[in-house]
Amino acid sequence: MKGQVHTGRPSKLLRNLSSKIASIPMVLTAVVIFLGGTVWTVVYSFTNSKLLPRANFVGLDQYERLWDAPRWIMSIQNLAIYGVLTLIFSLVMGFLLAALMDQKIRFENTFRTIFLYPFALSFIVTGLVWQWILNPEFGVQSVVRSLGWETFAFDPLYNSDIVIYGVLIAGLWQGTGLVMCLLLAGLRGIDEDIWKASRVDGIPMWKTYLFIIIPMMRPVFITTLVIIASGIVKVYDLVVAQTSGGPGISSEVPAKYVYDYMFQAQNLGQGFAASTMMLVTVAIIIVPWAYLEFGGRKRV
Amino acid sequence: MSDRVVLKVGPALAAATKAGIEPYGAKPRRVLSGRNIMLYGTLTLAALYYLLPLYVMVVTSMKGMPEIRLGNIFSPPLEVTFEPWAKAWASACTGLNCDGLSRGFWNSVRITIPSTLISILVASVNGYALANWKFKGADVFFTILIVGAFIPYQVMIYPIVIVLREMGIYGTLTGLVIVHTIFGMPILTLLFRNYFSSLPEELFKAARIDGAGFWQIYFRIMLPMSLPIFVVAMILQITGIWNDFLFGVVFTRPEYYPMTVQLNNIVNSVQGVKEYNVNMAATLLTGAVPLIVYFVSGRLFVRGIAAGAVKG
Amino acid sequence: MKIRSLAAMLAATVILPFAAAHATDLEVTHWWTSGGEAAAVAEFAKAFDATGNKWVDGAIAGAGGTARPIMVSRITGGDPMAATQFNHGRQAEELVEAGLMRDLTDVATRENWKDIIKPAGLLDSCTIDGKIYCVPVNIHSWQWLWLSNGAFEAAGVAVPKNWDEFVAAGPALEKAGIVPLAVGGQAWQAAGAFDVLMLALGGKDRFYKVYKDKDAEVAAGADVAKVFKAADDARRLSKGTNVQDWNQATNMVITGKAGGQIMGDWAQGEFALAGKVAGKDYSCLPGLGVNEVIATGGDAFYFPVLEDEEKSKAQEVLASTLISPTAQVAFNLKKGSLPVRGDVDLAAANDCMKKGLDILAKGNVVEWVDQLLSADSQKQKEDLFSEFFANASMTPEDAQKRFADIIASAD
Repeated sequence: MKGQVHTGRPSKLLRNLSSKIASIPMVLTAVVIFLGGTVWTVVYSFTNSKLLPRANFVGLDQYERLWDAPRWIMSIQNLAIYGVLTLIFSLVMGFLLAALMDQKIRFENTFRTIFLYPFALSFIVTGLVWQWILNPEFGVQSVVRSLGWETFAFDPLYNSDIVIYGVLIAGLWQGTGLVMCLLLAGLRGIDEDIWKASRVDGIPMWKTYLFIIIPMMRPVFITTLVIIASGIVKVYDLVVAQTSGGPGISSEVPAKYVYDYMFQAQNLGQGFAASTMMLVTVAIIIVPWAYLEFGGRKRV
Repeated sequence: MSDRVVLKVGPALAAATKAGIEPYGAKPRRVLSGRNIMLYGTLTLAALYYLLPLYVMVVTSMKGMPEIRLGNIFSPPLEVTFEPWAKAWASACTGLNCDGLSRGFWNSVRITIPSTLISILVASVNGYALANWKFKGADVFFTILIVGAFIPYQVMIYPIVIVLREMGIYGTLTGLVIVHTIFGMPILTLLFRNYFSSLPEELFKAARIDGAGFWQIYFRIMLPMSLPIFVVAMILQITGIWNDFLFGVVFTRPEYYPMTVQLNNIVNSVQGVKEYNVNMAATLLTGAVPLIVYFVSGRLFVRGIAAGAVKG
Repeated sequence: MKIRSLAAMLAATVILPFAAAHATDLEVTHWWTSGGEAAAVAEFAKAFDATGNKWVDGAIAGAGGTARPIMVSRITGGDPMAATQFNHGRQAEELVEAGLMRDLTDVATRENWKDIIKPAGLLDSCTIDGKIYCVPVNIHSWQWLWLSNGAFEAAGVAVPKNWDEFVAAGPALEKAGIVPLAVGGQAWQAAGAFDVLMLALGGKDRFYKVYKDKDAEVAAGADVAKVFKAADDARRLSKGTNVQDWNQATNMVITGKAGGQIMGDWAQGEFALAGKVAGKDYSCLPGLGVNEVIATGGDAFYFPVLEDEEKSKAQEVLASTLISPTAQVAFNLKKGSLPVRGDVDLAAANDCMKKGLDILAKGNVVEWVDQLLSADSQKQKEDLFSEFFANASMTPEDAQKRFADIIASAD
């Protein structure tokens, strides 16, 4: 890394001391809370803890039950669909909006606030409003029908096959503004001179974005990706408010399975087993990537 | 000190600037160019998608209940009433306390301000240390932190209750601020780390040659150049903390309960008939603070702050 | 009337000795936040404040997922409230076993709860190893079919007297554009409706065989298959409900958009709020008109162990206040539930409530599923039935097989 300007200090431990002191909160959080909490969770996932954590080990029972539960399987499928589509759409829409906003437009402040405001509203409310707009009896469907198209059908929240897309519409509405904002901050960090140079060379705008600007924005994209992805994995309130996981179990998600079993079913062991599975999956994807990204390799 | 630093940076950048011969200059200002129609047309269309739910919320919050039951959700109110707003703010009940959202407003302020400031301060220093002063092993901790961003919050409730209890700060405001700092840390640290490492390296090197230390460079060089990312971090934190319900209610006692506790009680209570108008008004009132922050901070966001600062 | 004033005096004598003490603030947490519920809690608060102490209200909306982790965290985190609502039954067992909950046996013996509280099963649910840890405050029963008289009139059929007539009237209602049976989208409603069918159509013995003895063979047997057949009918009749909350479903019955709803006695509060009169605007069939048996689930208050001596004393005052006849009457009239003691006068009760009281007096009661199954098994059952009600392609046979599996592994 570029910061490693070595100024021959005597002791290894004392080298870069300020930086080490400044990082104490991070180290404590990482080790005590995240690592400690995770280990704790994994250990108790092998117990039959009910309302309170108890060290009464039952081997893999909780995991066997987990993978036998139709609701868990459904949750994972839903998360896969919701996750992939959210990633694609929020990145594409977010970047498009950011790029448009970066054209020295008028009313930039107004537009930015409009795109961003949904983020200020909690998921609970987002779910409620969209539940409403998508309700066949008084939402979009009834309005279109009252305009004369009698057979128009649009009731994603009451159709098991497409309910997850109904959740997606609301999720994108709430989240893309932030993605736009992050990417806009990234665009603003790019030197004007790059644009001047590409203009002089006669490179078309879309090519400049695709081959010059986006690669330069790599760090911002990584931040954005982590924010979106962690939001996807944790998606809960939105589903609760919008569909309660229904109809039936067709819009259930893993985080909801974890919470419901921890607190409603008072089966901490089962909830911990489910969250361990979530963590393992995340770790399998993230750790190698994070190691490449943040680890040994030096980026220029 | 900082003047000298900038002076040294100046020439290096000036050289880079030479690449562009022609000034970027003002674009042709024809209002109805095809480009402008495309540009503003797309933005306006997108804006409509984002505004539609807001419209529904505002319109609904100004209708009486009978009208809501009959009418379609998109029609403007026949009789505008602000009663739902007054009710949401001052008289909606949370159990026996019928003083609406106003009850928790100052608590939310008292929680949000220190939590936001401290979490951003800690995370920006972390990010700075990781980007510019990396020590051996820092990556390991950072990777753990990033994986931590994916842990569902609820899973961590019991371990954190235990930690706070052992520290003797369970149920205090300090405890809550620490919890917000912890859970804000992964994303914020990543945000700052990546932003700082995308700043021109020459700047940092020049300052080092000049003999500036860890904190000097942070305060004199990094901070002034990082306004956009601080604004983004602030947006993230203020929204997250202001809208937080779970931590506010699990880790404190009733006298510190934030506004979202009342919002939850208003929105999730099963009344005789759901009072959608009050729900919507309560939502808009609760969202008002982050919204105002967005609008005001947006001005700090103006084009080229980063680039401008670099050029000095 | 006489009984009431007598009761008030009785309550006064019980409470007075403590009232002389200093005013103490007690924080009480609960999840009763809807209009009628809050009004009911206010009665408790009033009664407690009258003892010279102060009820500090800590209401958190949303029973299971929201309020419970908060309560448990506060108690285990060492910063407990003075009293908290829990559904009695098996939910708080572990907190008691961990020594975090206060033993109320002294108060209970002093005030002779054993003789006052009827049915006795309620106090049993509060008793662990012979000690009493909670105060039951009301009885809620699930076993009601609420019918919209207007809807049946519009469809041109008589208001049904039992479940079979109701099913038979289904097509006529559908023809009139009315959803025969309103079932809200939340999982607990589907599971509750099934349990009601189980008790009403399967009978008390079979109900106990399955839920109390956890007999998986009975659960997989031919008699329970009939219950699943009825659930299949219910599923067919509930098509087109399109609402989530139970009270929105009740509202469909109130407005005549739906013919009926299987829901607990708390639905009555909704009819009352809408100004509807039992017998005229709506009808109620306890036990679905088949088996007039009601269950005795309900709410209870638990008292965490506190270090502060004054507060501990005030906890005792609160416990006896909650069960005092005046508070019981005032609370339950507002809440729409039945009081836990047999010696109070409920003259103000409406028709449906009186039917319930009658059944209670006859002793046709069972323990409800909450008291028999763990929350965990309950949740699994909810998952199953919410899927069953939403997914028309799931056969009753498949559902019964999964049901039997849940019962087999239940604890």
